[in-house]
Amino acid sequence: MTDKADQLRTLATERILIKDGAYGTQVQEFKLDEAGFRGGRAFMRDQKGNNDLLNLTRPEITSDICNRFVEAGADILATNTFNANRISQSDYGTEDMTAEINLAAAKLTREAADTASAKDGKPRFVAGAIGPTNKTLSLSPDVNDPGFREVDFDGVKQIYVEQIAALVDGGVDFILIETVFDTLNAKSAIMAALEEGERRGRVLPLMLSMTITDMAGRNLSGHSIEAFWAAVRHAKPLTVGLNCSFGADRLRPHMAALSAIADTLVMGYPNAGLPNELGEYDECADKTREKVGKWVEQGLVNIVGGCCGTTPDHIAALADLVNGKPPRAIPDPIDRTFLAGIEPMTLAA
Amino acid sequence: MTDGTANFVNIGERTNVTGSARFKKLILNDEYEAAVEVARQQVENGAQIIDINMDEGLLDAHYAMTTFLKLIAAEPDIARVPFMIDSSKWSVIEAGLKCVSGKPIVNSISMKEGEEEFLAHAKMCRDYGAAVVVMAFDETGQADTKDRKVEICQRAYKLLTENGFPPEDIIFDPNIFAVATGIDEHRRYALDFIEAAREIRDTCPGVHISGGLSNLSFSFRGNEPVRRAMHSVFLYHAIPAGLDMAIVNAGQLDIYDQIDSKLREACEDVILDRRDDATERLIELAESFRGKSAKDEKAAEEWRDWDVSKRLEYALVKGIDAHVVDDTELARQDADKPIHVIEGPLMDGMNVVGDLFGSGKMFLPQVVKSARVMKKAVAHLLPFIEEEKDESAKGKGTIVMATVKGDVHDIGKNIVGVVLQCNGFEIVDLGVMAPWSDILEAANENGADMIGLSGLITPSLDEMVTVAEEMERAELTMPLLIGGATTSKVHTALRIEPAYKGPVIHVLDASRAVGVASTLVSQTQREAFVEQTAHDYENIRIGRADKGHKPLSSLEEARANGFDADMALKPPAPAKPGLHVYDDWPLDDLREHIDWTPFFRAWELAGIYPAILEDDVVGESARDLFKDGQAMLDRIVEEKWLQPRGVAGLWPCRRDGDDILVEIDGSEQRLPMLRQQIDKRAGRPNMCLADFIDPAGDWIGGFAVCAGHGIDEHLARFKADTDDYSDILLKALADRLAEAFAERMHKHVRTDLWGYAADETLSNAELIREQYDGIRPAPGYPACPDHSLKPILFDLLGGGSGHNGPAGIELTENFAMFPTAAVSGFYFGHPQSSYFGVARIGQDQLEDYAVRRDVDLETATRWLRPNLD
Repeated sequence: MTDKADQLRTLATERILIKDGAYGTQVQEFKLDEAGFRGGRAFMRDQKGNNDLLNLTRPEITSDICNRFVEAGADILATNTFNANRISQSDYGTEDMTAEINLAAAKLTREAADTASAKDGKPRFVAGAIGPTNKTLSLSPDVNDPGFREVDFDGVKQIYVEQIAALVDGGVDFILIETVFDTLNAKSAIMAALEEGERRGRVLPLMLSMTITDMAGRNLSGHSIEAFWAAVRHAKPLTVGLNCSFGADRLRPHMAALSAIADTLVMGYPNAGLPNELGEYDECADKTREKVGKWVEQGLVNIVGGCCGTTPDHIAALADLVNGKPPRAIPDPIDRTFLAGIEPMTLAA
Repeated sequence: MTDGTANFVNIGERTNVTGSARFKKLILNDEYEAAVEVARQQVENGAQIIDINMDEGLLDAHYAMTTFLKLIAAEPDIARVPFMIDSSKWSVIEAGLKCVSGKPIVNSISMKEGEEEFLAHAKMCRDYGAAVVVMAFDETGQADTKDRKVEICQRAYKLLTENGFPPEDIIFDPNIFAVATGIDEHRRYALDFIEAAREIRDTCPGVHISGGLSNLSFSFRGNEPVRRAMHSVFLYHAIPAGLDMAIVNAGQLDIYDQIDSKLREACEDVILDRRDDATERLIELAESFRGKSAKDEKAAEEWRDWDVSKRLEYALVKGIDAHVVDDTELARQDADKPIHVIEGPLMDGMNVVGDLFGSGKMFLPQVVKSARVMKKAVAHLLPFIEEEKDESAKGKGTIVMATVKGDVHDIGKNIVGVVLQCNGFEIVDLGVMAPWSDILEAANENGADMIGLSGLITPSLDEMVTVAEEMERAELTMPLLIGGATTSKVHTALRIEPAYKGPVIHVLDASRAVGVASTLVSQTQREAFVEQTAHDYENIRIGRADKGHKPLSSLEEARANGFDADMALKPPAPAKPGLHVYDDWPLDDLREHIDWTPFFRAWELAGIYPAILEDDVVGESARDLFKDGQAMLDRIVEEKWLQPRGVAGLWPCRRDGDDILVEIDGSEQRLPMLRQQIDKRAGRPNMCLADFIDPAGDWIGGFAVCAGHGIDEHLARFKADTDDYSDILLKALADRLAEAFAERMHKHVRTDLWGYAADETLSNAELIREQYDGIRPAPGYPACPDHSLKPILFDLLGGGSGHNGPAGIELTENFAMFPTAAVSGFYFGHPQSSYFGVARIGQDQLEDYAVRRDVDLETATRWLRPNLD
């Protein structure tokens, strides 16, 4: 796996790379009903909406979506496992299938990537996607009891270990800890990856991606992107960046702030704008291209892709956009003590 | 984005059970809420990192550490700084690391148990994303000499960096030990530290040096001036050598240059080990500084040299809160009992404030600032007082205060409460929306000497009558005070006083509250005052009865004399009919539309803005208030404290008698209006809002705007800080912004949505003088006095309630709007439309209105009570 990390780093010195777009948006195209999600299997509870389960019940759909993004020009494919963790799956009563779902997803994505690479000789990478779960380690769900937590660090870490192990077994190249709304959840996922790597006697390359949940540029646990970088830099990730949140235009200042200080590859994959009144994303591919174009122009990114609302059309537009454009230069590491509360703090040398 | 780059870092020590007796007590007593406040104060006072230590034999340190860290993680004011997780137990450190989301510092790890454990702990720190403090401690013990300090740190540095630990995340603590102990081996401790720091920084690139300062001066405990001087002198020499962070109480450091020169020299002799007799000389000199109150000479202001009670008085009169806690603590140490500080210097100071206020030499904003100082002082003393369970702590008297049920306005009540507290009354504040049962219960439980009721909207007047009736039923005898914008001496005399046999007193404004309350608790003055007031009220009643009422026209006559609007002049149909929702109107735009005059009135400063700023009497006070208001507005706008939400709608309608029928969603909603019935001189019409609407078809608008969303968080912050001044200031500003929003929305309607005045260009002053066509009467105000039209208006504006309702406004059962910084009303576009007061109406209109509103007579009577005989 480390070889793959080196390979990605080398490629990234030559050009801006492309990550895929959203699974959810593509799954919607299939207009699946309950039976469509079950794919003939029996379940105790309704499964409609359990996109991760499709890796098992409708593998052809996952493969089809992978292939569409490959055709659109994606170098990096993420697995369809955003909610494939024990906490999120328990909403569907499928928590005991967590490992199975991740294993299947990793294999399907690996196969799509390898088949395409065998045809055209171009390298492709598979990132095992780890979502934030729907529980937060930093916040109390009870406003009257700010010290209360629904979950604890070790419990969340264990859930991540299960998911990471299955993804690695299935053949992913990297672990993508994405949509980080709680920095402490991310730190527990990082700890899980470090421990699982040690058990396997190798380093599991990490891709870290925070999301911003308010207009002030912070995530739910209150961190700005700089504070987030201070809090996770010890993981020495292969990439760090931002995803989801708003459209690329509103993310740009935060991408710029990160780009200036991150001594590693920067990856950004925004939503297709902000959702409309119906919660749908209607930003067209050209618009996304135009907005991400500003990132590219300013040399802020090494890898771009799409999150909610993005389709193969959006990815193709991005692939076309970055063609021939120089990638971001990686700055020197910060050699000062770089601490953080929810604000970053640098000590003088 | 504030990315602080720090050259020397103050690490707060107060959240350390081994460093702060008070914090230890709070944690031991499970008073975590108060403990969180300690952390908040640390950060507010400039700590750039806070050290958290729960190593205390009686504590479950694991539980205390994780509980406290989770609580402060929820406080952005605290969590903005990095935390230092401080424990001698690794398991406590690791438990802490699992609760911290940023990048903290671990304090500390060492080679005490050998290299293997040291490296294992270091690796864990790195994997959790933490920097570490490494103590100069090895298998043989703690480093005391310079050579040992350097040798251990170099060895640790080599081990760590060879194992991939980033050098910039290493902070060495080469042990600050006590000097001037009288033991010869200790003489070089400070100097050894300074010299070691220099060499460690030279030979271990990237690292930092830290230390706990309080050890140094351990021999002089109890002699704060000497300890502070020693600390300052030590830092003066150690910082250039490489010490770049220290656990220290930042508020207790002296400026090197301002230390008494003899003391400074003596400290320097000890710290740099310059003389054999250095210790003896410092000990000798120290005695002359003991108890000398040299707090914070940096202010170097003359008043800081006065004795402590004069300082407290000065701080109270001037409203300066910077030193009040320290001064109060000094006064407490001098006093036999903590309560004597309140009864002595603090009350002396407040009496000066009270005298100045009473004689008109000081104004309300300053009084509230003084109260803030007082509250901080009292808050500091309370734990000590409670500790002594001092029963004599009761002040002049206890007053239960409440804004009555159905009403949510509390600015005035809070001002009165503060002023009374300043004058030695204990206030039990029941907040807003207090039902009579709670008020009576609180009066009972607290042995209240009187009850004070407040209200702003007219239905509150009825509710006050209810409270009075219930007090009578409960056979209470304590005085009942009545205050608030809609209350009046006349209403109190006519309606409230007859309901209750005890004394009932209307209090005109805050400046009268102290006089009234003090008189009522006075043995000698009470009786005469109560008798006189009752006599006054009786005279009012007789006067009203004698004078009788100005005659009313019959409803029929009044209708015949209605206003005849020229419908040829009515504005065209709106350009943009229907509903328009604005969920985040820019605050800076609203700011430009503020009408400042009512802002000063809210603080009982009379005068018109901007002339008030130059007023001979209140000008200085007004200027100070205006400056504070502008400063807070800057923050409100820049940091987006408030989220202005508004909605405006325009609908077709027609007039039907005194009703307006609004066409919405294919059906008609009836809006019954009230008509003036007072007998008019010839040529003066009996007005009704329906007169401005064309029976042949017309348009009407409605709006609701609110500038109160987001305010709670800031009010809570001020409350936690016992800062009533800022609390009242913010509420008053939010009210102004809501009114400005109403003005701004009206302009938007005239120039754009309705568009009948697309070319209008009026200055803010012209807007305030209403030099435009059209009006926006609000339910509950004179032209449209029935508050109960609000639910109908809100339905027209989209319905829903609370956050999802129009502009996120909630209506209480008595139709008050919450958040309170809100305005709603109707738009009439006719150029001849104007404001008027319906005033008194007759029984005939009441009965007619009940039918039109489709409610029983009793309900209609309740709604229209203020307009009835």
